[in-house]
Amino acid sequence: MDMIPDRELPRLPTSTLVVTADVAGLRRQHSAWTDVTEGVKLWRLALALGWLDVKLKYRGSMLGPFWLTISTAVWIAAMGGIYGRLFHMDLHAYLPFLALSLTLWTSVSGLVSEGCSTFTEAEASIRSLRMPFFVHALRVVVRTVIGFAHNIPVILAVFAIFSRWPGWAALGCLPGLLLWTLDAFAACLLLGAFCARFRDIPPIVGSIMQIVFFVTPIMWQPEQLGAGGWWLPLNPFDSLLEVVRAPLLGQVAGWNIWGLALLFSLLLCAPSWLLFARVRSRLAYWV
Amino acid sequence: MRAPDDAEIRVQGVSVDFPLYHGSARSLKKTVFAVASGRLGEDQRRRMVVQALRDIDIVLRSGDRLGLIGTNGAGKTTLLRTIAGIYEPTAGRVMVQGSLNALLDPMLGMNVELTGRENIMLRGLYNGFTKPEIAALEADVQSFAELGAFLDLPVRLYSSGMVVRLGFAMATAIRPQVLLMDEWFLAGDAQFMEKARARMASMVRGAEILVLSSHAPTAVLEWCTRVIWMDHGRVREDGPVEAVLERYLKSAA
Repeated sequence: MDMIPDRELPRLPTSTLVVTADVAGLRRQHSAWTDVTEGVKLWRLALALGWLDVKLKYRGSMLGPFWLTISTAVWIAAMGGIYGRLFHMDLHAYLPFLALSLTLWTSVSGLVSEGCSTFTEAEASIRSLRMPFFVHALRVVVRTVIGFAHNIPVILAVFAIFSRWPGWAALGCLPGLLLWTLDAFAACLLLGAFCARFRDIPPIVGSIMQIVFFVTPIMWQPEQLGAGGWWLPLNPFDSLLEVVRAPLLGQVAGWNIWGLALLFSLLLCAPSWLLFARVRSRLAYWV
Repeated sequence: MRAPDDAEIRVQGVSVDFPLYHGSARSLKKTVFAVASGRLGEDQRRRMVVQALRDIDIVLRSGDRLGLIGTNGAGKTTLLRTIAGIYEPTAGRVMVQGSLNALLDPMLGMNVELTGRENIMLRGLYNGFTKPEIAALEADVQSFAELGAFLDLPVRLYSSGMVVRLGFAMATAIRPQVLLMDEWFLAGDAQFMEKARARMASMVRGAEILVLSSHAPTAVLEWCTRVIWMDHGRVREDGPVEAVLERYLKSAA
């Protein structure tokens, strides 16, 4: 027998678990907040889960996640070539804009569609362990950030080719990225909970995002609309994209843009929080 | 007087309802149309639920070894999941003092696409282990499960026996104060059980509180000092092992 009965194994830290049926509104808020803080404490687990997701997707392929980099590069080169010729655009100004917009958009739309399966994809672990639900949102966000990081070389290459360095102004994207992070968590919790309950939401979200792609300045620049662009501020993705993109192109996002971005973020975060606090205790029954 | 860090479980007035979502209740379209035609209110009041647990009160202290018996669907597993904090009760309160390990299904929430080694790492991270502790966990599981090169292959390629070995090794490598165990754990091929026995016995002895759900009377007789007979989501009887088991077996016969 290779048994050593009393081997030294890691012991679990002592803890107290109290689960009370959620009834009152304030208690719900408190449980939801505890879920978030406990989830943040498990950040190493969320990092590993997110990283393994990326690794898993490209397991067995030679280049691994760098396929992301290559496919983005090919896409931007092709789009840039075709659109530049079709609409007679100055590639020197257009391609850096396109490279940045497309990569940022890929992350945003990826997050939205993967946010839908935040909880459903974690069904196995939700049913067998008690884990803060926020860990699953953290995992989706980590995965998206890793995906975006693989596209950064493409942006840098395009900037280098057209020598359009934004300079120190680029640091202005940090507050925007902070806002994005907050919105990303909100989107995961909102969509994840909704899609756990109603299984026909993901395809609806998918087609909405496809339309959004065309009505948001990603392939085209807002100036091209001229006076016909009065409706643009109504598109939440326009201002939200601009607070990150403008600084990276060496421009400054104005206060009106920031105001809109903050307003739309509030309109996302508040309902998301209320929904999460309300249904958190039901999620294990839904997945 | 009990020491402040002694394990304890308090289940107070716990009820659990399972919502039943048949095909159309899962659909947003149908729900929206139901709202539009004013049928939702009625729908909600008539929402189908399964009353999985009803008014459960249990107090367990350090040293208790509880066996849960009952037919399929009596609520044994749901009660274990509720004590583990997986299902939050519809009414009542659950308090568990002490570190907890719940061995509810052989897969233990593993991701079958990931390798055995990666699943072990995730388990360690979930428990908040440091790098050396994760390494120790991995070494321990590796030596016990005897998976060899399979440890670096996705779990979905394992034979069912290998999955059980990995799950068992992982589950028993972490020693909790409170151990919740479903009966699958006592199943397995004879040869493996022979080897697993000593290891499980040592974990069960190490735990301050054991809750074992089973409909195999032999397991309950061997491990438990108290039995709760679950019936239709309620506690039907609660008492010493032999007396309750005898009445349970009589009713089942």
